[in-house]
Amino acid sequence: MYTAADHPEIGIMSSAAVNVLPTRTITSPGLVMSLAFTSGFIIMSVELLGGRILAPYFGSSIYVWGSIISIFMVALSTGYLIGGKLSLRNPDLFKFGTFFLVAAIALLPIVFFSDLAMESVFTRIEDPRYGSLIASTLLFFVPTAILGMIAPYSVRLMVENAGHSGQVAGGLYFVSTLGSALGTLLTSFYLVLWFEMNTIVISMILALGVAGMTALWVGRKSLR
Amino acid sequence: MSRSVVTAAILAWLTLLGQPAQADSVIHKEKSLYRNIEVREARDRRCLVFAMRRRDSRQSCINLDRPQEVVFPYTKMTFAALLLQDNPASILIVGLGGGTLPKTLSQLFPSAVIDVVEIDAAVYRVAQQFFKFKESDQVKVSIADARVFIKRAQIRKNSYDIIILDAFTGEYIPEHLMTKEFLEEVRSLLTSTGVVVANTFSSSKLYNYESVTYRSVFGNFFNFKMPLTGNRVIISGPQPLPSRAILAGRAKRLANRLAPYYINIEDFPRYMATTRDWDETVRPMTDQYAPANLLKH
Repeated sequence: MYTAADHPEIGIMSSAAVNVLPTRTITSPGLVMSLAFTSGFIIMSVELLGGRILAPYFGSSIYVWGSIISIFMVALSTGYLIGGKLSLRNPDLFKFGTFFLVAAIALLPIVFFSDLAMESVFTRIEDPRYGSLIASTLLFFVPTAILGMIAPYSVRLMVENAGHSGQVAGGLYFVSTLGSALGTLLTSFYLVLWFEMNTIVISMILALGVAGMTALWVGRKSLR
Repeated sequence: MSRSVVTAAILAWLTLLGQPAQADSVIHKEKSLYRNIEVREARDRRCLVFAMRRRDSRQSCINLDRPQEVVFPYTKMTFAALLLQDNPASILIVGLGGGTLPKTLSQLFPSAVIDVVEIDAAVYRVAQQFFKFKESDQVKVSIADARVFIKRAQIRKNSYDIIILDAFTGEYIPEHLMTKEFLEEVRSLLTSTGVVVANTFSSSKLYNYESVTYRSVFGNFFNFKMPLTGNRVIISGPQPLPSRAILAGRAKRLANRLAPYYINIEDFPRYMATTRDWDETVRPMTDQYAPANLLKH
């Protein structure tokens, strides 16, 4: 038997939830997979741009990267926790889609208010280490946490029974981490050479919007 | 015949790079947060070297027998700023290196306040230990990112008669120190008769981008390139640029003061061009778009 301890990544599922799973028919695993890929891509693309966004105010020293990476990690871990909790309550594709739309909205301040936010942090905090830490929290915590919710929730959407849950989680981590790798690579090699940063972030927002609307459309039946 | 051309080119290249590695003795070596730092000595030269696998880059050299000599051509070229502003009361230098610039400028202008921003504390220690650099009441070093320092200086309402931008090691470019917004911040720290001097890139696509960016902020500038050096020094400021005749007159008056440092400032004016020899269609680099390291290739 699988237990939560064997697979900490699905530890959020109660045994009761696992038991009702086989009665659910799983819709569009391909869609869930590609959505997980998209979110993985966007998380790392935004993280990488984070360094560039903060540099005019806090420099580009190692501690700026330290701030960004740690805030992304804390945000993701918070997101995993919340996403796992939410997956207990009648998980469906429709709710899944709303995560993407909320994440898209949460990224908007990076485009429109980042200078304002960094300016006010800069004038209040002299030490660029803590300045960059606070600024990354303000700019990146919320959208990253929401994107983090997608991972455990997508596991829940695709798991039919406890027996193959590890495999499903593995497959999802595979696509989303692959998405992250690709997001890192494309952004640093090409996107910054071709586009302005805001253009890249706005494209990410649109991609999340499209992803979310698709999930809402496909999952609309579950509303009835 | 083509082989002799190649050989000549290689020899010229080796001369430019300095002595082959085995001729130098490494007298100090350390890994800093940002790079591998070495201090090497060969005969009368002692150099600060940022060691890299592909190729080392010498940042700064002193002549042990003639301590006043300014060794590097581009460092000498920096003094062309004095042709636009010959009596600075305050100077900001971005990038310490071996400390040649602050040392020489404080000897020339003993009452000038000189602020130096250096990101790497190890470079600062090495400059003191091996290159006879000293802080004083007039010369102060801040260990900080230049962008952060300059933003803070704006808030403090500081201003400078000369601002020297010399933060590029040649290998990796801090992209946030190359943007229009950064240069606007720099300009806002200049006094009304102030001068900015930037040691920048003379080759690769970056030359076009950088020229366009400087022009978008400072308007006309002197594009100062000397034969046989790979450097390009940009000189500008809020005042209209003086004519070549005026430059020559000022150079003549400064010549004696700069001679002890082996700076032949009278050679400079004829190479200080205002013609735009770059591709003007590229877009300026901004905080939104600054792929300087990708454009370098």
